[in-house]
Amino acid sequence: MTLFCKNGRSDSLTLAGRLAGGECVAVTVVDGVIARIEPAAATRHVLAPAFVDPHVHLRSPGREDEETIASGTAAAAAGGYCAILAMPNTDPVVDSAAVLGSLVEAARREALVPTGFMAAISKKLGGEELTEMAELADAGAAAFTDDGRPVTSAGLMRRALQYGSVTGRKLALHCEEPTLSRDGQVHEGTVCAELGFAPYPSVAESAMVERDLSLAGYEGRPLHLMHLSAKESVDALRAAHARGVEATAEVTPHHLVLTDEAVRSLDPNVKMNPPLRADDDRKALIEALRDGTIACVATDHAPHSREEKDAPFEEAPFGVTGLETAFAALYTHLVEPGLVPLETLLERMSAGPARALGLPEPRIEVGARANLVLLDLETEWTVEERGFRSRSANSWLLGERLRGAIVKTIADGRVVHG
Amino acid sequence: MRHLISIADLTRDDVERILETAGAFAGVEEKLPTLQGKLVLNLFFESSTRTSSSFELAAKKLSADVMSLKAAGSSVDKGESLKDTVLTLAQYDPHAIIVRHPQIGAPELVARYSDAAVVNAGDGKRQHPTQALLDLFTMREALGHLEGLHVAIVGDVLHSRVARSLIQALALVGARTTLVGPPTLLPRGIEALGCETSTKIGATETADVIYVLRMQRERMESAYVPSLREYAARWGITPERVRPGQKVMHPGPINRGVEIDGRVADSPDSLILQQVRAGLAVRMAVLHDLLAVDVAAAKLAAVA
Repeated sequence: MTLFCKNGRSDSLTLAGRLAGGECVAVTVVDGVIARIEPAAATRHVLAPAFVDPHVHLRSPGREDEETIASGTAAAAAGGYCAILAMPNTDPVVDSAAVLGSLVEAARREALVPTGFMAAISKKLGGEELTEMAELADAGAAAFTDDGRPVTSAGLMRRALQYGSVTGRKLALHCEEPTLSRDGQVHEGTVCAELGFAPYPSVAESAMVERDLSLAGYEGRPLHLMHLSAKESVDALRAAHARGVEATAEVTPHHLVLTDEAVRSLDPNVKMNPPLRADDDRKALIEALRDGTIACVATDHAPHSREEKDAPFEEAPFGVTGLETAFAALYTHLVEPGLVPLETLLERMSAGPARALGLPEPRIEVGARANLVLLDLETEWTVEERGFRSRSANSWLLGERLRGAIVKTIADGRVVHG
Repeated sequence: MRHLISIADLTRDDVERILETAGAFAGVEEKLPTLQGKLVLNLFFESSTRTSSSFELAAKKLSADVMSLKAAGSSVDKGESLKDTVLTLAQYDPHAIIVRHPQIGAPELVARYSDAAVVNAGDGKRQHPTQALLDLFTMREALGHLEGLHVAIVGDVLHSRVARSLIQALALVGARTTLVGPPTLLPRGIEALGCETSTKIGATETADVIYVLRMQRERMESAYVPSLREYAARWGITPERVRPGQKVMHPGPINRGVEIDGRVADSPDSLILQQVRAGLAVRMAVLHDLLAVDVAAAKLAAVA
């Protein structure tokens, strides 16, 4: 059991929509379980398994001014998610069963949507000592990560992989070779050269991806690569798959839609780690998402206060929000232009991440707990600061027109949105 | 022109106009009444001698009121954010704010939170547009033209806002630029700005101007070059590396014996002191362009 949410009554209702396969159905949910699936008349809505986000920052404990479990899961519900995984780089860090336990308790009180918590690989994310991973796994850790920081020591990384056979949980890795990224803020390329930012080269990511894939292959242990941004990383992952390494990977909506050209605006809401990269990188990420090399879309939802982001680009922190805009952004920028089929996008936002992180796979079948999202692909809306359920509004999409709206979300048998 | 933040915001006509005005100001010794009643705010979050003094003097020569603030000893020391500093100072209704800040994008933030015309006096490693304009002015004074000129910029391009502004400015006026320096200090992808690069010091040979960048000691610590000694030996501008008639420039402050030999800096072909002089005229022209032209236009509109 690695997902937690507040108790509540299960709902009973009927939803009608077109499945990704094309047929229109009416799905009847009784006490939170799918009881019947029947043919139905054509409708403008699309019905799909609800989304799973393997990479969310809930900022609790420590920065509840930016996000709480309640606000973050409300944002997830509004974005069509039925499950999310929260990152442990909080204050304090989730590196002990005590901290994890208090989060699990809080989720049982506050979480609108089932939420899992990743625990840290190293104590205080310091990269030196392993956390008590077995105890953390018993206390409900969904996976392990030092997200925000790389596991710099190859030796420690190897020990953590080996220990995975005890915990039964995956390692999720933020791949960054810090001596190559240094204080880099912007992808090393023409935009960075022109603007004068400290460069953050692609190879800072891909060199670490290759190291970790080598270690995973050597140890015969699976791993999950977070927020890939570079073409070279995708190439390394493909090569590792070809030699049988069990690795999954995720990509964010912003890396699929934007390139480093967006940085010319100097808008702190396009500053994230890893940085936006070149168009070739973006194309490689889209291709990898399409062909399944990258199995998951992850938002890397990273709320920041207005005060922190209302600063010169170089001073502002890394990270952007994404839970409430992920589907519409990708529908508008990948599906509508014909780059990725809708069916593929829906799979990569739901079953893909669920399988990668060992979470229950949302399915539309009789007898399954209802985890459903009803989508309206015709609706156009403008992303506005006031419209967010999240406590933060550092979205890279502010002011943008998007197509595709979340009409209703059912998570673990309960209507949580719409 | 509303602000001067980046050379990228200028057209060739803008550059010509500013250089023209600067030419007119260059010979004037007395104080001019042009900006009487205007408040110019100097806001320096980084140490600077020549740029801040040059702006201050330029504003005074045009009869503006000048207020100069440095980060040290101000509320910035107490942790005030740039936004709050600007919101506070904006209450004095400055007509222009001249800002130097260690972070890229700071001038845009200043422009967002005040109604003043903003002049970027250096933001991080990105831009220092008045330096580029005064360099163009100096080159044209010394060589008579800019179009078709070949300029070799030598040294630490990676960390240089002076180089970035100048490369763009030279491209704008139809000059040719070659960047020369150690491969570790030439930014990857910089050729997209329309320049060539070389790691060989011989590449300066055909240039009309050798523009020498300051080499900072910190760069050794980060292993961009093994030692100052090795840098000086490979890329230092010595008398042997300057062809007769070739002009030498440097934005200052210079490190004699590192990036430039003292004999070169003091030679008749050195334009280093002319650059300082040009700085005053060009900054007067920039302030004039931003503040006085509007007044004239408003008066014209009123008459009409």
